[in-house]
Amino acid sequence: MTTYYSEEHEWITVEGDAATIGITAHAAEQLGDIVFVDQKEEGDEFESGDEIGVIESVKAASEIFAPVDGEIIAANELLQSNPAALNENPEADAWIYKVKLSDPAQLEGLMDLAGYKTFIA
Amino acid sequence: MSDTPKRTALYDLHCALSGKMVDFAGWEMPVQYPMGIMAEHQHCREKAALFDVSHMGQVLLHGPNAAEKLEALVPAALSTLPVGKARYTFFTNETGGIMDDLIVSNAGDHLFLVVNASMRAQDIPHMKAHLKDIEISEIFDRSLIAVQGPSAQDVVTGHCPQAADLNFMQTCEALIDGALCRISRLGYTGEDGYEISIPEADAERITRLMLDHPDCVPAGLGARDSLRLEAGLCLYGNDITPETSPIEAGLNWAIQKRRREEGGFPGAARIMAEFEQGAARKLVGIMPQGRAPARAGVEIHDLHGNAIGEITSGGFGPTVQGPVAMGYVKADHSAPGQELHLIIRGKPQPATVCALPFVPQNYKR
Repeated sequence: MTTYYSEEHEWITVEGDAATIGITAHAAEQLGDIVFVDQKEEGDEFESGDEIGVIESVKAASEIFAPVDGEIIAANELLQSNPAALNENPEADAWIYKVKLSDPAQLEGLMDLAGYKTFIA
Repeated sequence: MSDTPKRTALYDLHCALSGKMVDFAGWEMPVQYPMGIMAEHQHCREKAALFDVSHMGQVLLHGPNAAEKLEALVPAALSTLPVGKARYTFFTNETGGIMDDLIVSNAGDHLFLVVNASMRAQDIPHMKAHLKDIEISEIFDRSLIAVQGPSAQDVVTGHCPQAADLNFMQTCEALIDGALCRISRLGYTGEDGYEISIPEADAERITRLMLDHPDCVPAGLGARDSLRLEAGLCLYGNDITPETSPIEAGLNWAIQKRRREEGGFPGAARIMAEFEQGAARKLVGIMPQGRAPARAGVEIHDLHGNAIGEITSGGFGPTVQGPVAMGYVKADHSAPGQELHLIIRGKPQPATVCALPFVPQNYKR
């Protein structure tokens, strides 16, 4: 299991062609109090760079951009009942999607943790 | 005009308190502190919060009959405004739109005005062009703070006992820790509270004194916006603009009887006609039925898909614990209970027109 990071502040943890996508703690902190998450549905397909949801904080609305190509297998229902979970635990319980990757080779274009830490420094 | 945002006398304090600074109307202001917008908002509703509003323009009008003369530019009755009283009003344009909203206080031998930060550069020349024999001076060496919330009286009277004697929309000069301040019992959060004009050299010291009170926390522009939205108060540039009339905006209450009978302010023809006959569109409170906030610019449809208006302010109401918004709709769709659709990211979301404010006002009358 390996975790990659995007410049749009998403993390993606991968095992084979199955992956989990969320936003980083850094992103959650920047967004402030999160009050609503507009999620795509199971079965929706997307390409890298597509908008795959919107996070609404008290301040503003921010899009979630797909870091890779794939298909949504599940959307985390926790975020509908408790969007604030994204502030509390964005890199674990408050994942956003389980996805199936179409092209795992795309992961090469993402950062590892050390790279991401440098990116946000 | 310089691109570098200006700083208020409290800039160093905001940084010391780890405020997240943003550019707002040409000023570097805290949008929030580490507590966060939601908690700052709740704290203001439950106890007290302190806001730096020094970016707003403070203006003095000196000269004979200044109040009567200012009536030529605004539709409020000012010539009868007693000493020590403040009144909300707005500059109107020739077509009956709103050029800015402001507070006018009768300070005895002069008028004290507070105008929006973004409109300072417009309002001062506007007054200078139209008010003959009145000395119009913008104050650059005084800060302005707002202490708002049910504990505000407790916070302020600890350093200024006279503040307890003020009722809503009353103002006086008083010493706070040796500095002569103007204290006005008003604000823009829907809560009881004060705005205090302080000599810049004393501003940080006095602000820290207020923040030393256990009930008082610093709050930023984010909480200020969600508080005023829940209180149903208009934001200039969003809810009221040069294209919206005061009657459309539901500000009829701010046009006193004599002024609406006599007119004599810019755009009086339209505004008086709308007062009698009603406006074709109206600013209303709108509560989305789902959880998605509807922000400014969201289109409003009737249930048959016809466009009938637009959201002008919207977001999440921390006290309401749900999304709240204001927007203009056709008058025949403006009654509380009216069902609407808000087009959020292309999809119609059900919403209901509701009476403003969303949260009851808590002023000291």
